Amino acid sequence: MAKKKLISAKINGEPREFACEPRQSLLEVLRDSLQLTGAKEGCNNGNCGACTVLLNGEPVVSCLVLALEAEGAEIETVEGIAAGGQLQPLQQCFLEGAALQCGVCTPGFLMTAKALLDRVPHPSEAEIRFQLAGNLCRCTGYDKIVRAVQAAAEGTNP
Amino acid sequence: MQDFDYAAPISTHEAVQLLADPGHKAVVLAGGTDILVLLRERRRRATLVVDVKKIAELNELAMTADGGLFLGAAVPCSRIYREAAITEKYAALVDATKIIGGWQIQSRATVGGNLCNASPAADSIPPLAIYDAVAEIAGPNGRRQMPVADFCSGVGKNVMARGDLLVAIILPPIEARSGAAFQRFIPRNEMDIAVASAASLVELDDQGIICKARIVLGAVATTAVRASHAEEALVGQPPSDELFAQAGALAERSARPIDDMRGTIEYRKHLCGVLTRRTLAIAVERAQSKTQ
Ligand SMILES: Cc1cc2nc3c(=O)[nH]c(=O)nc-3n(C[C@@H](O)[C@@H](O)[C@H](O)COP(=O)(O)OP(=O)(O)OC[C@H]3O[C@@H](n4cnc5c(N)ncnc54)[C@H](O)[C@@H]3O)c2cc1C
Ligand code: FES
Ligand code: FES
Repeated sequence: MAKKKLISAKINGEPREFACEPRQSLLEVLRDSLQLTGAKEGCNNGNCGACTVLLNGEPVVSCLVLALEAEGAEIETVEGIAAGGQLQPLQQCFLEGAALQCGVCTPGFLMTAKALLDRVPHPSEAEIRFQLAGNLCRCTGYDKIVRAVQAAAEGTNP
Repeated sequence: MQDFDYAAPISTHEAVQLLADPGHKAVVLAGGTDILVLLRERRRRATLVVDVKKIAELNELAMTADGGLFLGAAVPCSRIYREAAITEKYAALVDATKIIGGWQIQSRATVGGNLCNASPAADSIPPLAIYDAVAEIAGPNGRRQMPVADFCSGVGKNVMARGDLLVAIILPPIEARSGAAFQRFIPRNEMDIAVASAASLVELDDQGIICKARIVLGAVATTAVRASHAEEALVGQPPSDELFAQAGALAERSARPIDDMRGTIEYRKHLCGVLTRRTLAIAVERAQSKTQ
């Protein structure tokens, strides 16, 4: 078995250290070693987006990132987006707009949507749908998710 | 996932040494969007994964002195389409990088990896081929360059030997009065593998007559194929919808597709005609918008 290595990264703004095997994905380490179980394993092959986190500000599927690649990086997960006990506007709009049913896809959608609104504060509906295409939802039919993102962008409740 | 060691060399030389070392079965890791899936599903074996993203040269994305583009093999798609200068010059490549997977995939997937993986449906290969892009390879015996059009040798196969590393893809400068476009057909709106694809490039002379054309089709043969007869029919002609339709019909004959779950032979050939026609119209529009 390949030796474990020690990795330092900033996770949700805090410096963290963890040991991992080279073959472990970032998703595995987040969930199993760091107890950050927000990111979900849907497909484990890059297609569903349930494991989306931000790596140096860019959305990535953490099932297709080796944990070792996080050395020196900044990682944001869904656990980190609500500041001071207050839900982030996107979270609030998802909740109020019923943009989730089983909720397995939600952390991934929130992270991609956050990355989108960080770059494009007022995206069009087409832009939202295009940029969220890497996140799959088997429950909602997407419309409520798109409306929740629009509401968060416009600062209105859906 | 299967057990392997990991190395992240910071120079091309060091990477080549690791890849050539007979003591390992080494594979290159760029964005990992193909290789990590293959390793996890045990469709590829490795004892050492060589992450090439820490090598400065492979992260370079810059216009060359002669006005071409140096595209480092570790540059992800999202970095490419965010550069206005690249969109202006190499629009067909940008068309492709915007639809390779979703945003999460584009943050990581490289054009270099897309080329090395050598899928017949790889979206970046037809655009690279119409621009006459060249692959720069470093190996145990030094460096060499070869046209991207000759790089893939079959489904999932390329010309690279043990110890070889793709350093960059170099796109030659393009003529001022030229335009290009890439389109693919998929049954969904986003996130799917091309049933067929086409990249077209046209160059116009002072009178607006087509003086050069390049058409390369994807997903309709074991590697990307050039539609030479369609190209020849365009040269010397003023652009028109009838001409594009004629080129489309000729392009269909260059396709040698297979029947599979994504489409029949007949359907794929038909798509080649449609996509050729459409990409030619956009390419001409783009060329004309630059000349005005
Ligand atoms: C959900 C999903 C959707 C996708 N959608 C599309 C799509 O729409 N269109 C499309 O074309 N592709 C698609 N792909 C595949 C696409 O992401 C890859 O082909 C990608 O471009 C490969 O680049 P990478 O940097 O991730 O390569 P990696 O996975 O890191 O490597 C790919 C292969 O190339 C080799 N390699 C990489 N870099 C080098 C180098 N510098 N020198 C030598 N060998 C090297 C690796 O060893 C490996 O064999 C999709 C993949 C996923 C998971
Ligand atoms: S679990 Fe990572 S994309 Fe599905
Ligand atoms: S809410 Fe169930 S998958 Fe989206």
